Amino acid sequence: MADRLTLEVATPMRLAVSAPVDEVVAPGVEGYFGVLPGHAPFLTTLGIGELTYRVGREEHHLALVGGFAEVRNDKVIVLADAAERPEEIDRARAERARERAERRLSGRAADDVDFARAQAALMRALMRLHVAARVL
Amino acid sequence: MATLRDIRRRIRSVESTQKITRAMKLVAAAKLRRAQERIVAARPYAGKMAELLGNLVAGTETGDGAAHPLLERREGPRRQIVVVTADRGLAGAFNSNVIRRAVELIRRSSAPDVTLIVVGRKGRDFLRRRGHTIAHEMIGFWDRLAYGHASELADRFMQHYVAGEVDEVHLLYNEFRSVAVQRPVCEQLLPIPRSEAGGEGTAAPADYLYEPGPAAILGDLLPRHLRTQVFRALMESLAGEYGARMTAMEAATKNAKEMIGVLSIQYNKARQEKITKELLDIVGGAEALKQGAEA
Repeated sequence: MADRLTLEVATPMRLAVSAPVDEVVAPGVEGYFGVLPGHAPFLTTLGIGELTYRVGREEHHLALVGGFAEVRNDKVIVLADAAERPEEIDRARAERARERAERRLSGRAADDVDFARAQAALMRALMRLHVAARVL
Repeated sequence: MATLRDIRRRIRSVESTQKITRAMKLVAAAKLRRAQERIVAARPYAGKMAELLGNLVAGTETGDGAAHPLLERREGPRRQIVVVTADRGLAGAFNSNVIRRAVELIRRSSAPDVTLIVVGRKGRDFLRRRGHTIAHEMIGFWDRLAYGHASELADRFMQHYVAGEVDEVHLLYNEFRSVAVQRPVCEQLLPIPRSEAGGEGTAAPADYLYEPGPAAILGDLLPRHLRTQVFRALMESLAGEYGARMTAMEAATKNAKEMIGVLSIQYNKARQEKITKELLDIVGGAEALKQGAEA
């Protein structure tokens, strides 16, 4: 058993991360999960959230939107729809997205299709803002 | 005979055309490089996706019947073809190659069975003029091609397929072989070919813990797999378009150069002739004067 994990985060646009790491915490659809070396084979869909990986004592964060994660043989492969580092996030844009989503959510029935869409948009915006704040 | 002025005017006109073709070539070359980089950047994602899908389908297909509506196989004649062309021409045979293949494919099946999803203005204009059924069209996005466009396209045909409106979906686009070579290829998207969905060559499926269940993950993975495939095809087509335009404009620039050469020779000849004629006139005139003086 290797004493380290290999983390690969790929999006349709690029390979965002490919590095040896010590620990990964990722947003699964059914909640956050942590991976340490020696983890059992695991396959999950990802929700909207923050991916954290630790190299030594250093923690790194990524804003993650949807996708999958596979853990096998100490290799963590994350296929996300989007993955952004804190410094890459456009905070003004995320802020605008949050306001827009909040406006749409107020005064709508909860069974509306657009409601779900606005809710997802709001979650993305909040998560981006949260991760962007990490840079400070 | 063309006068000197006419020839000069033509030379100038060819020169300005050459300037345009050379500029277009340079622009295409720059864009091509970017497009190629994007293809390379997208490869890891697509590769992992295919690998995951293989493992997963192998793991879930043990039961009877299809594990997911998108894996369902129907023996039916209704085909949907996604035709990918460029918005603009001046790219050699880039668009016409794909369109010709599309027309061939359509002719081979009976008309009401084929529906089209057309990408790119060139293909849209042509196929609409011919009166084909166009279920959906996407135009004018090439300059800002993003994954979202692929999603929109893929979601369309998946919807048609799941609703049982079509039995097969094919993707027809220009494959980017090299800068100089693009080849129209037709790939079956749905039902997902056996070779992609598991089949041999797949390692024994690892005993995964699934969260949520395998079927739910598959339901998430399949649409993404299709979107990724469409995205890759769109990017290849875009790179191919630039490659084709670069090659075409290079040839055009060369032709213009040749033409300028020929015209320059013509111009010089005409100028020489004119000078010779003038000289003869002068000499003739002088001769006549001399003879007049002697007489």
